[in-house]
Amino acid sequence: MCFAQCLGEEQVSWTRKHLLGLEGVHRDEILTILDTAARFREVLDRPVKKVPTLRGVTIVNLFFEPSTRTRMSFELAEKRLSADTLNFSASTSSVKKGETLRDTARNIEAMKVDIVVMRHSAPGAPHFLSRHIDASIINAGDGAHEHPTQALLDLFTMRERLGGLGGKRVTILGDIRHSRVVRSNLWGLKALGAEVTLCGPSTLMPVEVEQLEVRVTTELREAIEDADVVNILRIQRERQDGCFLPSLREYTKLFGIDRERVADMRPDALIMHPGPINRGVELAPDVADGERSVILDQVTNGVAVRMAIVYLVSRIRAAERIEEPEILAEVKP
Amino acid sequence: MTKILLRGGRLIDPSDGTDETLDLLVVDGAIASRGSGIERPSDALIVDATGKVVAPGLVDMHVHLREPGREDEETIASGAAAAAHGGVTSLAAMPNTDPPIDTPSWVEYVKNAEAAVRVHPIAATTVGRKGENLTEMAELAEAGAVAFSDDGSPVRSALVMRRALEYAAMVGRPIISHSEDTDLAANGVMNEGLASTIAGLKPVPAAAEEIAVSRDIILAGATGARLHVAHVSTAGSVELVRRAKADGIAVTCETCPHYFTLNDNDVRSYDTNLRVNPPLRGEADVAAIVRGISDGTIDAIASDHAPHSIEEKQVEFDAAPPGMIGLETLLPLTTTHLVRKGAIDLPRAVELLSTRPASILGIEAGTLAPGAPGDVAVIDPDWTWKLSGDWIRSKSKNSPFVGATLLGRVVLTLSRGEIAFEEERHAGGSAVADHQEAPAERQDIPVRS
Repeated sequence: MCFAQCLGEEQVSWTRKHLLGLEGVHRDEILTILDTAARFREVLDRPVKKVPTLRGVTIVNLFFEPSTRTRMSFELAEKRLSADTLNFSASTSSVKKGETLRDTARNIEAMKVDIVVMRHSAPGAPHFLSRHIDASIINAGDGAHEHPTQALLDLFTMRERLGGLGGKRVTILGDIRHSRVVRSNLWGLKALGAEVTLCGPSTLMPVEVEQLEVRVTTELREAIEDADVVNILRIQRERQDGCFLPSLREYTKLFGIDRERVADMRPDALIMHPGPINRGVELAPDVADGERSVILDQVTNGVAVRMAIVYLVSRIRAAERIEEPEILAEVKP
Repeated sequence: MTKILLRGGRLIDPSDGTDETLDLLVVDGAIASRGSGIERPSDALIVDATGKVVAPGLVDMHVHLREPGREDEETIASGAAAAAHGGVTSLAAMPNTDPPIDTPSWVEYVKNAEAAVRVHPIAATTVGRKGENLTEMAELAEAGAVAFSDDGSPVRSALVMRRALEYAAMVGRPIISHSEDTDLAANGVMNEGLASTIAGLKPVPAAAEEIAVSRDIILAGATGARLHVAHVSTAGSVELVRRAKADGIAVTCETCPHYFTLNDNDVRSYDTNLRVNPPLRGEADVAAIVRGISDGTIDAIASDHAPHSIEEKQVEFDAAPPGMIGLETLLPLTTTHLVRKGAIDLPRAVELLSTRPASILGIEAGTLAPGAPGDVAVIDPDWTWKLSGDWIRSKSKNSPFVGATLLGRVVLTLSRGEIAFEEERHAGGSAVADHQEAPAERQDIPVRS
């Protein structure tokens, strides 16, 4: 009945106060998250999809950038764990009006929040915040830096379908340069022993990325023909403006995945996409909805993975509190 | 009339190659004499400089004072006090204030402001620093402008840069170029390389600097004018200057301590004090900067002292304004990272920090020859100490070196023959005394800790 107790008996290797990114996160830590998520995943199939694990824990979802699915996924994960949740959607314009990120965060902290789930357009914004407030920070995407929970749900989905990730070939396709999903996936996939290929137009490939021991190619066929997984990134329409791309039409011609391209892949290859999909641009509608696609599984698994992260971080906070002197004892009669 | 006798120090004067133990007598604002066993004038203060280096006061040719406009970050007086604290007796103030220094009256305002050290105004190259029309350079020079620069923003048009070089040459002043192709830099905030790829911060390639350095060197060659390239940070820029010098082009350049002490990997901490323009570069660039300093390609080390308030820096990395303070760490970073590691010796350090920038700016400084202004820095080259925020006298504290352990420190600064800064607890007491008792054994005590 008590979820925490069930998990507590297992070897849990998670001691971090924050989840700022997957860089430097050890294989065992990632496996702990995924194993924890697997247990929460079962909860989601129950008729009553809620456990009392995080009663009394307050979490604020601090989104400085528009997001629908990540914010909903976190909110749902928090509610399934019975945490109290607050949503704060700050447009970047309110920051321009004068309130700094630090002030916003300190105000929220003054409301005695335990965990801040944060999305921000500036790389390093969660790191900055973690130096200024006491709450745990979970990075829900910081600019082009990291999006660790997205990568974790990708890993969870791959592991669910492929068994394990050791030696598996994973291709990430699209706008590598501007993608936080890529960076987090890269660290996670490497930690679990997968072989990573990055593919996309040369203008959207960040420099020296091959030094991270990944295969880099601009040839789509080469990238997908032996892949166990093809993870397709959203291509943003604005990329035409910075002269990164001549046209979306040509992008689709060179890098779009349609039925014909699927025929070049292994018959059991998985097709993934972090969403939202530009149908007909990077991914043809029939492929997105086809039998290889695990895109909706990713969405479901996202809730379980976020439950796991929120739970593990809370667990560390609770453990730290126990070690501190019991302040309440003094005021108790 | 103040008389100060500095006794028994290692006197380094790159202007005539002096490097030996000599006494130095400063009388009435000027160097009076130097030699062994100078007789103590009856009314002279005695400084026991044994074990210290006695050098010409440092010349920092790239400083941002924030007056007029942002006096909360730095004033001319506070910047000059910080300079004195760092052994800097002459500084060249960049004109990117608000309003910018582009009229003779503003030049005079900066030049004549109350300050503990000499403040030499650099006037804007173009009116309002807009890169369009030339400033009245002849009148600005007459008012006291030692050079012209639109530092902070490059002169975008090659035509305007060409005319500026030609006109400045006529009035006998160099153009100090902030060489950057802003289109290619594309609002990037860190050096392009593996570190930017991992950090996800907008990158600015080395080429954005090197293309502009090339352009400016070509224009200097074509016009015969004097060009000084500010804050050189890449291996390619060093090589371009090296070749230009070999070709006989009148180009000089400076770098800053952060370009030989830090690299782009450090930026992965997202510490906004590491946001500078040009950005901190890769390891290979750092090595090339050190080589350029060793082989004489780089003429001067300047701080690019850029004060910013805590509020402005306590923001997201890409929202923070570029720049770090540096007047007070100019010497210690040079001694710690270049002299201690054997890249250069102390006389060459003094040349880079004083004699050479003085000659580029054409100012009376950088020498201890009799008759020269009484600008002196007394340096303890063996003092190991830790930089604390409280120690900094600049109004702003935006230094990434706070907490760093440094070797070498200025213990006494004379500006025009007067004490502008004196280490309080040095040598177990006052560094300056009116008697000749041997000082107590000195301990490496961090000041005010």
